[in-house]
Amino acid sequence: MENGLEIARAAAEVAARQSYGRLVAWLAARTRDVAGAEDALADAFAAALERWPRTGVPKKPEAWLLAVARRRRVDAVRRRLTSEAGREHLKLIAEEAEAHMTDEDLPDERLRLMFACAHPAIESSVRSPLILQTVLGFDAATIASAFLVSPATMGQRLVRAKTRIREAGIPFRVPERAELGERLDAVLEAIYAAFAEGWSDPAGTETQRRNLATEGIWLGRLVASQMPEEPEALGLLSLMLFAEARRAARRSAEGDFVPLAEQDCLLWDRALINEAEALLSHAAAMGVIGRYQLEAAVQSAHVARRLTGRTDWVAIRELYDALLSIAGSPVVAINRAVAIAEAKGAVAGLAALYVLGDDKRLDDYQPYWAARAGLLARLGQVPQAIEAYDRAIGLERDPAVRRFLQGKRAVLRN
Amino acid sequence: MRYMLLIYNDEAATANAPRDKTEQVLAAYGAYTEALKKSGAWLAGDRLRPTQTAASVRMANGNTNVLDGPYADTKEQLAGFYMIEATDIDTAIEWGGRCPAASTGTVEVRPIWEMTEYLSEK
Repeated sequence: MENGLEIARAAAEVAARQSYGRLVAWLAARTRDVAGAEDALADAFAAALERWPRTGVPKKPEAWLLAVARRRRVDAVRRRLTSEAGREHLKLIAEEAEAHMTDEDLPDERLRLMFACAHPAIESSVRSPLILQTVLGFDAATIASAFLVSPATMGQRLVRAKTRIREAGIPFRVPERAELGERLDAVLEAIYAAFAEGWSDPAGTETQRRNLATEGIWLGRLVASQMPEEPEALGLLSLMLFAEARRAARRSAEGDFVPLAEQDCLLWDRALINEAEALLSHAAAMGVIGRYQLEAAVQSAHVARRLTGRTDWVAIRELYDALLSIAGSPVVAINRAVAIAEAKGAVAGLAALYVLGDDKRLDDYQPYWAARAGLLARLGQVPQAIEAYDRAIGLERDPAVRRFLQGKRAVLRN
Repeated sequence: MRYMLLIYNDEAATANAPRDKTEQVLAAYGAYTEALKKSGAWLAGDRLRPTQTAASVRMANGNTNVLDGPYADTKEQLAGFYMIEATDIDTAIEWGGRCPAASTGTVEVRPIWEMTEYLSEK
């Protein structure tokens, strides 16, 4: 029974988010006023989340939301006044809804909304939160908690970004071919940022974070379905699905961290892996390589272990070489060093890692210290390994990973 | 900016933890403190003895009133603190999240109200 309720709630939430995002996008695309569109629909969305789990999702969810939004407008005199902008939107809703909603559905403008949210004129750190709020209806506090920012700060940033969309006149359109590449990157990056935040809670103990991974995939599906000719859009979705497929294997029954190399392949989700593989080969057939396809290919090489029983580190190293040349970052360089260590030995891996030594950003970057500690330990350089493990442990915020690193360090002592 | 990270934990749970668990937690704090120091963020920090050792002092009508125990009786108790240097509250929150207490209790992040700013704001 509980379970049935849960399923109904999840279904209602998905439907409410779908419709909400479509309506916000549809309204905002006409007025460039995102905040006004959200205001107009806020109550209706809240009502849907409250009612649909019990009554089931209505046949035309968007029409339902519009009707409630309109009714609320009539109530507005008695209730707290909606903002000036919200009223304008409600008027628009009332007029256009009658014209459009009779038999055909609203045009889907969510992709255009996403391009507006990830516009270069919007500060890059707020793009992902903005998409989560406008397309999915997440509130500022939930987003803030997932991105480890104070709710007040996140709220301000979101408000500022929406004001900027209106005042700077940021267009709601999918960019022309010539500028699409860079702009699509920003959209994909924002989606990946949402997914990555959710991915960092593998046990799913923090519900808000786990949801973010799901929502990231959902947004990725949305973009991939609307831009099926864009190999990187498919590549990103493939990458996220590969990662998600391994979720269950990332923790032991006791809640301990299990590194990729030691994961039980039988716990990997085969359906997700198959879908990811299909997307990747479809993307690769278009003949334009990119960052997400390469990262998905790395994942593909890792999960191939379930068929071959071994990991092809030489192939993985080559993929990281390619990644480094088109999208170099300390993160890529560290992963490449680990692959080199596996393919050619710890000395070569450590050398590749030491090349990065001057990068200030690595001082507070846990994976760098963990990788370094692992390689030093393998070479028997115990004091240096212990020092590096200490740095890694001190920088880790996930208790399971912390315990894992502490365990590795403890073994060195003996 | 300077920030204070206030660590709140369930004292009873800490006191009753088995020895190996305590050692693991201690080691995690040691590593965390080292990471703070290595990155240049650490300014000060210490652990507090349990609240049963606390005394609360209040002056009322010229009388000194001393009570046993902490100021507020709560489910989680102030167990220690770090004073850190961070460029903004997001960085301070990031450090707060890495503190071992963030996964067992609560880490409150408070900006220091520097005296110079306080005077100019007042």
